[in-house]
Amino acid sequence: MAATVETAETVRAVTEQKYKYGFYTDIEAETAPKGLDETTIRFISAKKDEPEWLLEWRLKAYRHWLEMEEPKWAKLGYPEIDYQDAYYYSAPKTTNKPKSLDEVDPELLKTYEKLGIPLREQEILAGVENPSIAVDAVFDSVSVATTFKKKLEEKGVIFCSISEAVRTHPELVRKYLGSVVPYSDNFFACLNSAVFTDGSFVYIPKGVRCPMELSTYFRINAKNTGQFERTLIIADEGSYVSYLEGCTAPQRDENQLHAAVVELVTLDDAQIKYSTVQNWYPGDENGKGGIFNFVTKRGACRGRNSKISWTQVETGSAITWKYPSCILQGDNSVGEFYSVAITNNMQQADTGTKMIHIGKNTRSTIVSKGISAGRAQNTYRGLVKILPRAEGARNFTQCDSLLIGDKCGAHTVPYIESRNRTARVEHEATTAKISEDQLFYCRQRGLSAEDSVSLIVNGFCKQVLQELPMEFAVEAQKLVGISLEGSVG
Amino acid sequence: MLEIKNLHATVDGKPILKGVDLIVPAGEVHAIMGPNGAGKSTLSYVLAGREGYEVTEGTATFRGRDLLAMEPEERAAAGMFLAFQYPVEIPGVTNMTFLKTALNALRKGRGEKELDAMQFLKLVRAKTKELGMSEEMLKRAVNVGFSGGEKKRNEVLQMAVLDPAFCLLDETDSGLDIDALRIVADGVNALRGPDRAMLVITHYQRLLDYIVPDKVHVLAGGRIARTGGKELALELEEKGYAEFGAAEAA
Amino acid sequence: MTTTSTAQSSAQSPAQSSAQPYLDQHGRIADDLPGAGLPWLDRLRLEGIGRFSRSGFPTTRTEAWKYTNLRDLARTAFVPAATKPTIGLDLLPTVVPSGESPHRLVFVDGRLRADLCSVGDLPPGAILTGLAAALDRHPDLVATHLGQVSPDEGGPMRALNTAFLADGLVLALDPGVRLERPVEAVFVGIGAEQPTMHHPRVLIVAGRGSEATVVEHHVGLGTGAYFSNVVTEAVVEDGARLHHYKIQAEGAEAFHVSTLVARLGAEASYDNFVLTMGGRLSRNELRPFLGGSGTECRLSGAYMVSGTQHADTTTVIDHAVPRCTSREVYKGVIDGAARAVFQGKIIVRPDAQKTDGYQLNRALLLSDAAEIDSKPELEIYADDVKCSHGATAGELDDDQLFYLRARGIDAASARNLLVAAFLLEALDEIRVETVRDAFADRVRDWLAAGRPTV
Repeated sequence: MAATVETAETVRAVTEQKYKYGFYTDIEAETAPKGLDETTIRFISAKKDEPEWLLEWRLKAYRHWLEMEEPKWAKLGYPEIDYQDAYYYSAPKTTNKPKSLDEVDPELLKTYEKLGIPLREQEILAGVENPSIAVDAVFDSVSVATTFKKKLEEKGVIFCSISEAVRTHPELVRKYLGSVVPYSDNFFACLNSAVFTDGSFVYIPKGVRCPMELSTYFRINAKNTGQFERTLIIADEGSYVSYLEGCTAPQRDENQLHAAVVELVTLDDAQIKYSTVQNWYPGDENGKGGIFNFVTKRGACRGRNSKISWTQVETGSAITWKYPSCILQGDNSVGEFYSVAITNNMQQADTGTKMIHIGKNTRSTIVSKGISAGRAQNTYRGLVKILPRAEGARNFTQCDSLLIGDKCGAHTVPYIESRNRTARVEHEATTAKISEDQLFYCRQRGLSAEDSVSLIVNGFCKQVLQELPMEFAVEAQKLVGISLEGSVG
Repeated sequence: MLEIKNLHATVDGKPILKGVDLIVPAGEVHAIMGPNGAGKSTLSYVLAGREGYEVTEGTATFRGRDLLAMEPEERAAAGMFLAFQYPVEIPGVTNMTFLKTALNALRKGRGEKELDAMQFLKLVRAKTKELGMSEEMLKRAVNVGFSGGEKKRNEVLQMAVLDPAFCLLDETDSGLDIDALRIVADGVNALRGPDRAMLVITHYQRLLDYIVPDKVHVLAGGRIARTGGKELALELEEKGYAEFGAAEAA
Repeated sequence: MTTTSTAQSSAQSPAQSSAQPYLDQHGRIADDLPGAGLPWLDRLRLEGIGRFSRSGFPTTRTEAWKYTNLRDLARTAFVPAATKPTIGLDLLPTVVPSGESPHRLVFVDGRLRADLCSVGDLPPGAILTGLAAALDRHPDLVATHLGQVSPDEGGPMRALNTAFLADGLVLALDPGVRLERPVEAVFVGIGAEQPTMHHPRVLIVAGRGSEATVVEHHVGLGTGAYFSNVVTEAVVEDGARLHHYKIQAEGAEAFHVSTLVARLGAEASYDNFVLTMGGRLSRNELRPFLGGSGTECRLSGAYMVSGTQHADTTTVIDHAVPRCTSREVYKGVIDGAARAVFQGKIIVRPDAQKTDGYQLNRALLLSDAAEIDSKPELEIYADDVKCSHGATAGELDDDQLFYLRARGIDAASARNLLVAAFLLEALDEIRVETVRDAFADRVRDWLAAGRPTV
């Protein structure tokens, strides 16, 4: 049965909670001094016991960053960010990385339980024969636990924090880190390269189909702390992995900065499916607080017949600046981008994708559903670029916007650049509102106004939501409803 | 079951209903006929609580409660079902999801336990079969790409599943060929019962050959101009609405 | 963080240095321009040169010029056309058939040539004349509207035109006046040894309930370089109907930059079609402002470019009030190593409820080196609206080609047939039949002129 079946009841179940992840865990943390200079970077690198080459790379990035200017082209308005007024490193205080979950601070485990993220393998295993998800939990700056590592290792799958990978698989990290998103790529990626603290690392060996979904759960907890995680996923020839990412943060009055970088690499015949449910704290209805989310996500389809698929449900954050992209280098490679972006109250999102067609017969699909309510501004910004060598390339783009109320905005800014005659590019965009007819029809059948909106919006987003793995789809549908609370009558 | 007294309503400030009086007891099927523009659809929207239809005078009591004070979904929960003249399309939402969401919302409203997926599936499959509909229709988005006949049949399916106390059928015959009309009418007739009342709104007598009413009312000029038995429909078929002159032109 | 460029702040920026020759020239000729001495006009021109000298030519770092690089234009030293070239009536390229007896005005290198005009009889309440003459005879009319049509002051190219404007077309219709025959304005550019520049200004004021058809024909004779920087201002008052068509067939070395600003009143109708085929580099920018409700605005066009031509179509439709309709249909074919740019923006302001906006851009790439850059953009601040856009790029449909060939048509003819059909579909947007037919002939001529087949 389709996942959407559960929609309305699940929505109702959680309507009482506005932002249920808004709690804060009181935990002793080790924090670098406020501000950013080379000392901070050396501190982070030393804390992580990094090799010299990585420190040098960070410093090179930092020095380059000093020369860069914050991009202003997005349709986003926010106060000047003071990069010296934030902490760049915060970690739950433990002397050593725990060897097993029994050694993890029980407060931390409780936090993740509260978030609905299973970390205790025994508990998961108790009820299930074949576990379907392995989780890497990142708390503020560091990875606190990764589950099912053993089971994955049997298949040769490496799933660990990137700090650990630097120690245990330096050759892989060195080869691929910055190979898709160079440190100099853009202002925020450059900052991340200098100060990234943790994130997940995945390597799927040749011919292996990863036996379970891999998931990283990001949590910003500490106050005034920027989160700069770095994720690197490499799918070797003929391999497959589905990776999920979720994010929450406590409810705070101050804005917090999140500048992540995600790099994906697929070799011949490999496939990565990357799903995100982004639910950082969006700020209150007057725009106070919330996460500033500046994220660089990019995948390189290096191999022939390889495929990278991005699915994102963006409901949180005060500011979202994010363009998960695909560089389609390998012949016959495929890029996909499925996105739902919901903005309510004072939220602003400028999000979309870039599909760069380099190889022959490369194909890309873009489906974007933007929903704007309250006084929010929601922009789709995308680039489809067909280079001269991309014989037979194909792109199809569908961008739909839904406006709820007359105080919000919905904008579409696609760039289409084709330099190959045989390529075929099609772009369609529409803008509409929820019709009075639809609302009345649902209410006549007994649904409340809010449930009606949630149902209609879920229908509007279906094409995207159905791309999510089952576990996420249900969560995402709930979020759709919650995110739009208060947007009607 | 439904008691309407001196009901006045305006649309965009324009008076449409000008004092409707109507009583529909449980177990009865009444028909409302009338010329175009007489206010038939306005009456159904006012009873269902659609925005933009302003009641300026009068009352409507439904199962002892003040119908006009209720939100549309509260009326639905109380048992008022409107089969739309033009059923609305909701892209991306399957019929199945829609029905289940609506049914459980109503059950919750009535203080009944919600049905789980299996129970619901069993119920809806049975109803679909009774109405001679294909299960494939349940997987399609609500009314999207449905033919006129399919849309109307879908309204009857919803009615069957949601099991309302009062069915308000707004021009259910419009846009139907004779076969579709028969199927829809059979579906409606199957729902007739001592605890349920129906108000069938139609322009033509044709539908009433299949859904035989206990009483026929003529709505003209915003009021019930005449009330009679089922033979009144035949009379109207023969003579037209000429005797309600002024309204015919409107 | 502080910027590192403070040291250079006293020096001229590259933009400003590109403007310097224009500033110098303006100093030399301003006193001799038509209407010099009229205080309001002197002020406008000074503001114009001031704005341009501060900004210089736009660069690709400016979002609105991202895909069109004016570097070669900025590097060329253009001078105002000084001599009066001889040109016979027999050589005059026209587009509206003579049988239609159009009201014809002819401009050569930007200046009205009375010897070539055939204005004919006009109904009472209609003014049709050159701008220089109008400054003399109808100074109040010009002062009221010139530079006043757009709610914003505009970019560098508009400022440059204002600084140097010398002549152009003025059409003014009193309320209710209807022109039966079309107005044809022919702008001839003569490429000379020393590249020349002209800045024609077109002013159209269509009073309440009036109606007219205006055809602008920009055409080059000779092979030298010149720079035509046109600005058209159109006021379409309540209930007026303006049909506005243009052929851009400038010379092979010509730069053609044109900006249209139009202000539309309530229940008005404005339709614009541009056929772009000439010029080395062209930019056609249309900025209608829908300021009265119930108005209909249609922008459409076809572009055909080959060789190393660059053709840019940029539209910004600004819906400021409720219940307006806009429709855009652009289709183009790109051959050789040519590049076409389409940027189309629809703005729906918060009050503009019940807006219906539609936009389509379809491009056919006929050769391996051709390029299309397309940016269809929606900026929407009202919820009860229906807006959509579509953009496609690709080559001819193989199935269609095969179908035609299977019926015995050779490959080249089949291709021409399909390309013609593709372009002619856009011409259906032209509401005036004689103009549509004349434009269609141009399309067929272009195709028949033996483009290198692929």
